[in-house]
Amino acid sequence: MDNPFLEIDALSKRYPSPGGQDLTVFEEVSFDINKGEFVCIIGHSGCGKSTIMNVLAGLDTATSGAVTMDGKEVVGPSLDRGVVFQNYSLLPWRSALKNVTFGVRARHPDWSKQQVLDHSYKYLEMVGLSGGAEHRKPSQLSGGMRQRVSIARAFAIQPKLLLLDEPFGALDALTRGTIQDELIRIWSGSEQTVFMITHDVDEAILLADRILLMTNGPYARVAESVVIDIPRPRNRAEIIHDQGYYKIRNHLVEFLALRSKVLAEEHPDDGGPMKPRRPETVRPALATEDAVSDEGLSSPRMEPELVSLVR
Amino acid sequence: MSSLAARALFLSGLILVVSLGVWELSTPAVKAAGEMTEYEKLMGGADQEARVPPPSQVLLRAWEELSDPFYDNGPNDKGIGIQVGYSLFRVLTGYFLAAMIAIPVGFLIGMSPLMYRAFDPFIQVLRPISPLAWMPLALFIIKDSEASSIFVIFICSIWPMLINTAFGVAGVRKDWVNVARTHELGSLRTALTVILPAAAPTIVTGMRISIGIAWLVIVAAEMLVGGTGVGYYVWNEWNNLDLTSVIFSILVIGVVGMLLDAAFAQVQRAVRYQE
Repeated sequence: MDNPFLEIDALSKRYPSPGGQDLTVFEEVSFDINKGEFVCIIGHSGCGKSTIMNVLAGLDTATSGAVTMDGKEVVGPSLDRGVVFQNYSLLPWRSALKNVTFGVRARHPDWSKQQVLDHSYKYLEMVGLSGGAEHRKPSQLSGGMRQRVSIARAFAIQPKLLLLDEPFGALDALTRGTIQDELIRIWSGSEQTVFMITHDVDEAILLADRILLMTNGPYARVAESVVIDIPRPRNRAEIIHDQGYYKIRNHLVEFLALRSKVLAEEHPDDGGPMKPRRPETVRPALATEDAVSDEGLSSPRMEPELVSLVR
Repeated sequence: MSSLAARALFLSGLILVVSLGVWELSTPAVKAAGEMTEYEKLMGGADQEARVPPPSQVLLRAWEELSDPFYDNGPNDKGIGIQVGYSLFRVLTGYFLAAMIAIPVGFLIGMSPLMYRAFDPFIQVLRPISPLAWMPLALFIIKDSEASSIFVIFICSIWPMLINTAFGVAGVRKDWVNVARTHELGSLRTALTVILPAAAPTIVTGMRISIGIAWLVIVAAEMLVGGTGVGYYVWNEWNNLDLTSVIFSILVIGVVGMLLDAAFAQVQRAVRYQE
């Protein structure tokens, strides 16, 4: 089998502390992402999700471990990896349109002005920003509109990997829902590989092919990879009627409420048993009723190779 | 609110009229020559003590001067327009030389914590020195009074620009720099398309402070150096005991300073952005 598109191998981050004992935020974080896959990562604050994302973006460096994308090691930021930040990170002195052309021009320095404009408009229209609104400055746009611009900018550079750092965290619930639907729509029309941080279990189920669950920090790690066996296309109204929805949801909530803490305490720091190289794969939607009520531990596990075959 | 603006304008006019009125009335008119006693004639018609001229005389002088601002009757008698022109030339030359150094160096200091620490002690020691204290040294080294006054302007306007540029550049939000990094912009393009516009409001504020200080200092510098310029004009009229012209030139200095400041306020408005 070919190597996966994105490989994260034994990533760890330690901060030296004056007391002598280093602070280990996470360690031995390993997972893969396949091409075209939408993967969400969930975990409590302080488990280092954002740091992992920044390492993937090339904005931060891990203490040890490696990230390989498309056979090449990730060193420093690149246009191959687009980032949407939680606080939008639009340049406030540029209009919405100019923020998008900023990205497009960086991506295609050889394009003519008209080409850059056409391409930018295409993506602005995709997120529903046109008819004059694209000439407004970010400060004149609502939070939802700003995040749309940010998403348009990231999609417009057509990166190999799109990184979303809690993109809807600052939005109200109604706006969040609309933009989630828009994001699925845009994503479905592309072959875009997406890695997204979220705090919202429902959002993760709606969007993701797979959800990575992290244990609590310090010494956080990716404990499980939960496959979302819900057929696409999905939308918010219908997904809740899917048979597997609540099984997955319960599994995730239970993990976040209880097991993320238990597993963190179990952490064998003193030469315990070898940790698995990859998080175990869990498919709550396919489990029988009994198995789910039994803490999800007996849910069917599959090797990563098998999972990608199933997909 | 327009009514607020109108009321403010009315009040300003009232303050002007009342203060000018009080000033006018407190200066008794000079008696005609025929009514003078012998003693008064000996004293040249002067009062016991010299009086500040009334505003009406100042306005009359202003009218005379402003109706022909560019006459040139030799070194000691030039129109106010020429004098202001000399001063502006010196201020702008020294100021732009300072900007050419302060803004790039400020960028360097702002972007590199190492440079910031390395430059900081020098800036802290040099900044509080009164610009005029440099004058003797400048005259000795440069041996030219014109260039020396430009140097004094240079040295006084460099600090606010340098410090504000460094401060503005260092304070650019990390997110925006990250946007530049994820878009693979080189250092020069990052500096020009992200850091410069982000720091521009702070930089222009520094430039505005600098031009204000430069205009304050040029008057004093020209009083010392002499020859031409509005500062020299004030001092020359004082030596002529022509207080009317002194008051008139003081007003001119104020108005030109206000215009310079307004120009930079305009620039400030142009580069301002709302987060």
